[in-house]
Amino acid sequence: MNNKKLRWLALPYLTWMVLFTIIPLALIVVFAFTTRDGNFTFDNIQHAAKYLPVLVKSVWLAALATVISLVIAYPLAYIMSNMRLNYQNTMMTLVMLPMWMSFLLRTYAWMSILETNSGLLNSFLGLFNLGPVHIMNTQAAVVLGMVYNYIPYMILPLYTIMVKIDRRLIEAAQDLGCNTYHVFRKVIIPLSFPGITSGVTMTFVPAVSTFVISQMLGGAKNYLIGDLIDQNFVSGGYNPHYGSAISLLLMVVVFICMGIFNQFDNEEMEETLK
Amino acid sequence: MKKFFSGCYVALVLLFMYLPIFVLIAFSFNEGRGRVWSGFSFKWYGELFQDKAILGALGNTLIIAFIASLFATILGTAAAIGIHNMRKNTRSLVKNVNSLPLISPEIVMGISLMILFSSLHITRGFFTMIIAHITFCVPAVVLSVLPKLGQINRHIYEAALDLGCNEVQAFFKVILPEIMPGVISGFLMALTYSIDDFVISYFTSGPSSQTLPLIIYTITKKPMTPKLNALSTLMFVVVLVILFVSNMNGDGASCKKSKKKAKKA
Repeated sequence: MNNKKLRWLALPYLTWMVLFTIIPLALIVVFAFTTRDGNFTFDNIQHAAKYLPVLVKSVWLAALATVISLVIAYPLAYIMSNMRLNYQNTMMTLVMLPMWMSFLLRTYAWMSILETNSGLLNSFLGLFNLGPVHIMNTQAAVVLGMVYNYIPYMILPLYTIMVKIDRRLIEAAQDLGCNTYHVFRKVIIPLSFPGITSGVTMTFVPAVSTFVISQMLGGAKNYLIGDLIDQNFVSGGYNPHYGSAISLLLMVVVFICMGIFNQFDNEEMEETLK
Repeated sequence: MKKFFSGCYVALVLLFMYLPIFVLIAFSFNEGRGRVWSGFSFKWYGELFQDKAILGALGNTLIIAFIASLFATILGTAAAIGIHNMRKNTRSLVKNVNSLPLISPEIVMGISLMILFSSLHITRGFFTMIIAHITFCVPAVVLSVLPKLGQINRHIYEAALDLGCNEVQAFFKVILPEIMPGVISGFLMALTYSIDDFVISYFTSGPSSQTLPLIIYTITKKPMTPKLNALSTLMFVVVLVILFVSNMNGDGASCKKSKKKAKKA
């Protein structure tokens, strides 16, 4: 049905995308470089640059959470991909199930576990005369919240790519004298690299831009770039010019991080192809 | 031995994923307000069902999700057919535009729409929220319908035309039934997207259009509200039942999986 007339069916959609995706994103750029009267300025960007430490902290915590998620998820996905088929399906359902619950509720659950005075963790440790430990309102709590919320996004793409790996390649590697370490290093990791890339993207992007997890678990000290954006739009009044400048900064950082990571991805692939 | 260790590992990760949820469920039956067990009670469930704000928000969530998903499905299905018939270069350009809402951080999508609405002096509420939800649902529908179009045998459509169907008839009798699984899974994905969304709703809602995630957010800011535990338990049970039923009906569970794939693309 290669029909030129049918192309017009995409017109309402294209109009919609231009109106509600492209124009709004362009507006962020416009607002970031203009004053209230609509004159061109760099002031907003300079103002946003003052929050560079917050940006660095956000990237650092999100990167940490992404690495921890990867380290936990990778063996799990590998074990899952080697299970019997009906177990695999059950595991998939178990991994996905928490994602269907609002992430606000799941983060709220950690609040009641981690609280210093009446939290369950410290009550539990108290039984053994240990603790109390102060995790709530620290950076560790924020990272924990990120790992907990986004780990399914890491497990799923890894698992999806690992079930597709041809088992005969692993056997061939073993026949040719690879030990377990070399099988991983030379076969499984390179073949699962696309899964790692998409898992990392899907974990890092929401983690670096979160404002809820840091608010709920990080307390007043540990606010992230997402909280700054929130403050400039909803919770602290409406300052779209500053807010846009900070968002633009966030976008740039996200694209740079993804760019670096994809570069790494390509090099890794080329290296294995040699 | 190896099996034992991998079994332990899986159990540990699952414990990490489910422990907080079980804590919520256990304490939803707690008589007292605090975190010390003081007896079994359904008290908080009773309070939950009397909370007008929560019930109203549930209604809003469902209304917005249904309208937005329906609209997104129609818009997205038509778009997928159009995109499928485009020349290769245009097609990949449009596909890139389609992935914009999926790869941008949600907070950026949220504020960009907020800026648009306030620049146009549109009061935020139901209307803006439905527009926002359609915007992030449409790309998912497009991505779930497009692969189905690629699988259609072109000759069936031509055969329908040869046998006297006009183009509209051929569309409804041949093309639509063929892509229906993609359309339905697109609709379901849009529904879960919309029901679950907090971040974009947070920036595009008004006082009249509070949805469940927004209300939950407001409640978590107040100290100690066991009503939330009861709500979490009910949501968990509902999700469990839906997953169970859809697993019975074959590969319904692949819905959320394809959502993740959509994000990846």
